[in-house]
Amino acid sequence: MEPSNKNNLSASKLFIIAGLLLLAIGMLFGLTGALQYLAPKFLKQFLSFEKMRPLHVSSVIFWIIFAAMGSVLTYLQQYNGKKIFSPLLLKIQFGIFSITVVVILITYVFGVFGGREYWEFHPLLAMPLATGWILFIINFMASLESFKNLPVYVWMWLTGLFFFLFTFIESYLWLIPYFRSNVVNDMTVQWKSYGSMVGSWNMLIYGSSIFLMEKISGSKKYSHAPIAFVLYFTSLFNLMFNWGHHIYTLPTYPFVKHIGYAVSMTELFILGRIIWLWKSSVDTARRHYHQAAYRFLLAADVWIFLTLLLAIAMSIPAINVYTHGTHITVAHTMGATIGINSFILLAIAFDVLKDSCMPFEKSIKWINRGYYTANISLLFFWLSLVMAGILKAKWQMDDTSIPFSSMMLQLRPYFIIFFVSGVGLITGFYLVLFPLIKNQFICHYKKLFIKSKKNETVFIIDQFQSV
Amino acid sequence: MFLKRQKSATLIILLLGFLSYSFFLYMSLPVKSKPVKKEVDAGKMVWQQYNCNACHQVYGLGGFLGPDLTNVYSKRGPAYIRSFLNAGVGAMPVFNLSEAETKSLLTYLKDIDASGTSDPKTFTINYDGTIEQK
Repeated sequence: MEPSNKNNLSASKLFIIAGLLLLAIGMLFGLTGALQYLAPKFLKQFLSFEKMRPLHVSSVIFWIIFAAMGSVLTYLQQYNGKKIFSPLLLKIQFGIFSITVVVILITYVFGVFGGREYWEFHPLLAMPLATGWILFIINFMASLESFKNLPVYVWMWLTGLFFFLFTFIESYLWLIPYFRSNVVNDMTVQWKSYGSMVGSWNMLIYGSSIFLMEKISGSKKYSHAPIAFVLYFTSLFNLMFNWGHHIYTLPTYPFVKHIGYAVSMTELFILGRIIWLWKSSVDTARRHYHQAAYRFLLAADVWIFLTLLLAIAMSIPAINVYTHGTHITVAHTMGATIGINSFILLAIAFDVLKDSCMPFEKSIKWINRGYYTANISLLFFWLSLVMAGILKAKWQMDDTSIPFSSMMLQLRPYFIIFFVSGVGLITGFYLVLFPLIKNQFICHYKKLFIKSKKNETVFIIDQFQSV
Repeated sequence: MFLKRQKSATLIILLLGFLSYSFFLYMSLPVKSKPVKKEVDAGKMVWQQYNCNACHQVYGLGGFLGPDLTNVYSKRGPAYIRSFLNAGVGAMPVFNLSEAETKSLLTYLKDIDASGTSDPKTFTINYDGTIEQK
């Protein structure tokens, strides 16, 4: 096991803390963007929507990537029972990612974009990110002692590591004129890469969540069980081949769409398993509910069910033709990134960051309030998008279409609910994030001050801590 | 029981399938390439430079604040698009595009328009759940 590092911000913890900070600012950008739906002239001169959207999207995607990297790096050390191969390489990786993210966010403010849908920044800035990721792979592979009898979560981490690099590079094939000369060719390759890229970071996150579940339950049976590998290969099959469901209406090869449709339906197996195991999940939930980390995993379970249900429905072309291009797609994305990815990563953050000089028990009341506020708000947030999507779908299929602007006015009540529940969501998340981040910084600075023997300052910090 | 050999074999089959599928698509893209028109390419760069995708969609993929622009060229015409670009509207700022940028962007939108139709009404639904364009 990794040596206890109370009061110490190890590099792998830094990834998670940086991710939490990105989540905090990313949600603010998102809320401002939602406000621009209601008040189009708001910040139009300085931070119009085409700047606000990438600020939000990149911040929250980097939250997911930073926290996923942090969780894999931390749990890999716990799995190996020893430190990472090269802490220096880890620090360089953190430095590269942090500086690049700051530069990316600044470039948006100055109107410098990559202009791709949906995760975009200037292509030059992709180079340091790819370099940082290669360092991540090197450190991971060198730290892994043996390839024999690996548990399923290590398979998932390895898959995420290599497929992210592959799909990230693939998403820049458009820089070659051959790939971008026709819009249909360009979009086919683009959505092939993006579809699989999401699957790649999901592999990192779900792998870490399995590690955490085993840690909480104290049993290591699942990660070697045949069912774990059946589910892993089903997910990998989907990661590789289901991306065609993004482009059913694009005039690309029909077989791309048929493969996407057929492969997506294998997710029914995962859905069926969730329903089958529902009762035992509830029983387990009762046993571990007192743990903050477990509670977030439980919330993610509920959102996996809702999001998977929606995803499978949207993967049927006959339904997708109605939902495509509507806010139902956004509801699916928000359910997946907030309800699943963010809740799992918060569970991991609670587990990884609990090893500090200050326990979370003092803040548990506020964390609980934040947890319920975030979940209830997310439900309204999600439903408002589904409703707006249904109305837009009706408009898209209507023969006597009213103008786009009039249709958007009809959606306004749902955008208001979207914004208000967005305020609730951000409030809930901030109540959870604040103690997580505050504890780490207080403990870190306390250690620094102890080192420099400034006892008076330590006394002041102790006073602050007791408040 | 999943034996080590079975796991490795499954992984190798999936990887081979994925790589074959990927390289097949790279080598034979859906639309056979014609010589790249410089103005279309320049228009695409304008589209990306001003991040039009943040608000607009092409084939239903993109932002949700503005309308889908796949077939705006044939439905509304270049003069209509030009007026929006010059005056801005709602949340859309005036981008102060140069004449050359405007022309390139219009050529790009014309090229997208010629590639197909994104209107969901033009699709028929089959009994097996697949869709086809009329």
